[in-house]
Amino acid sequence: MTNLDLSPSPGAAATQAMLRSQVAMELRLLSRNGEQLLLTLVIPLMLLVLGTHSNDVVDLGKGRSIDIITPGILALAVLSTSFTSLAIATGFERRYGVIKRLGASPLPRWGLMLGKIGAIAAVEIAQLTLLSVVGLLLGWDPHGGVTAFAQMVVLAVLGTAAFGSLGLLIAGTLRAEATLAVANLVYVLLLVGGGLLVPLSRYPEAARHVLELLPSGALGQGLRDTFAGNGPGAFSVVVLIVWAVCCGLGVSRTFKWE
Amino acid sequence: MNQPAVEVVDLVMRYGSVTAVDGLSLAVEPGTVTAILGPNGAGKTTTIETCEGFRSPQSGTVRVLGLDPVADGRQLKPRVGVMLQSGGAWSGARAYEMLRHIASLHANPLDVDALIERLGMQGYGSTPFRRLSGGQQQRLSLAMAIVGRPELLFLDEPTAGLDPQARRATWDLVAELRDCGVTTVLTTHFMDEAETLSDLIHIVDAGQVIASGTPQALASSGAKNTVRFTARPGLDVEKLMHALPHDTKVDEVSPGAYVIAGDVDPALLATLSAWCAGEGVLTESVLVERQTLEDRFLELTGKALR
Repeated sequence: MTNLDLSPSPGAAATQAMLRSQVAMELRLLSRNGEQLLLTLVIPLMLLVLGTHSNDVVDLGKGRSIDIITPGILALAVLSTSFTSLAIATGFERRYGVIKRLGASPLPRWGLMLGKIGAIAAVEIAQLTLLSVVGLLLGWDPHGGVTAFAQMVVLAVLGTAAFGSLGLLIAGTLRAEATLAVANLVYVLLLVGGGLLVPLSRYPEAARHVLELLPSGALGQGLRDTFAGNGPGAFSVVVLIVWAVCCGLGVSRTFKWE
Repeated sequence: MNQPAVEVVDLVMRYGSVTAVDGLSLAVEPGTVTAILGPNGAGKTTTIETCEGFRSPQSGTVRVLGLDPVADGRQLKPRVGVMLQSGGAWSGARAYEMLRHIASLHANPLDVDALIERLGMQGYGSTPFRRLSGGQQQRLSLAMAIVGRPELLFLDEPTAGLDPQARRATWDLVAELRDCGVTTVLTTHFMDEAETLSDLIHIVDAGQVIASGTPQALASSGAKNTVRFTARPGLDVEKLMHALPHDTKVDEVSPGAYVIAGDVDPALLATLSAWCAGEGVLTESVLVERQTLEDRFLELTGKALR
């Protein structure tokens, strides 16, 4: 039997080591979670492949289907990770006392948050890279060159802030099951009619004015404008920032850690 | 005098209209094991979670290692080990993985493999948390509490749901931790656990400490112990009572069966023997009954179910 020295020797690990460990743990759990992978990778990939011929099904407007659908799929990828996946995971972390357990450990709360942000960033980088490459292989012809991709990163960050704080707002107040239901429902609703995949110009006038105020409409349209070579419209950027700030304030006031 | 490891003064905690903790005070000496013993709903978990910094006291003060558990949380967290009553792991995390993760958040953690061996967790290291049995989850939870080598340990019902072997193993570990200088505060509603493990017991009911003391002192306080003996029926109990110390009572509860209630000590037994010898009475089956901690607990907290 190995001897254990149980005498006290307390101390927190170095902050960087804690964060690395936390991000690695989150990513390992994610990679084992079938539903999350379906949501973040399989569905966007499927829609991208199917979307190359979507003009035969839905009229997306002038231009090639692939050029219209790919930016929307990139927006969907951001939504799936920063909103649905984050909300569900956080909801169940509250339910199972994970947040409480980590709250009793040397990992500070901002460390827990940074761990989540780090994991989301890693997943989104993988998603956006993979989907862009597959899009290009399927014939996607983005305009705007490297600048457009840099603008995509900015939009992805803003979209993640907006969707992420919305997700935490739900996960921090509702029960885990309710969070699961709401997060999936919102995902489907925004996917179908949130201005993510279908250009806002294809919606009726009244609907368009509502959708361009939603983070989904703003992110979808922002990415379509960007890859049309026009850069993201200031309006889309402002909408995303307003959502991020409002939901962020809401989270800081209402989030319950257990 | 050492600064107490934990000091709770007049703590009040309410949930809506329910008062969970109602002016509770207690102190924990460093290097000791202290049990907070009480029936369900007595306020044990709320008290311990306030000490862990999960809640702010609504009234009263809580100091842990001389610090405020909420305001000084960052300083305290590495020094304090916490075992939650349930949960505390991702449902998909494997037992080893979870323990390694918690270990990685500490500067000088225990050797994880040695700890796993010590707690007999080898059989289910790669099982996801949600598939562990209740007892296995408890042991993982205990492991997570001590892996960071804390100086103060809070265990919330550490052996609930454990089989007798695992309970013994947990008790041995707590005793060893004390020998190594770790202070432990545990909640329990098992008398034998409180009696075996702790240096000091606080009996808590309805949000207050209603009795404190060492297990022996608590058991022997309150109602006196008894001696039962049998002899021929019809002894003169009045005469016997006069021979015994002042506030001792003697009854013949049924013909030939006598009960002496009072401060039972060797002198009393010697007096009884001498008196019987003088009367030419042969006593049979003299039985000294010590009041147990459980008797005392039920006497203090009542027998009503809650």
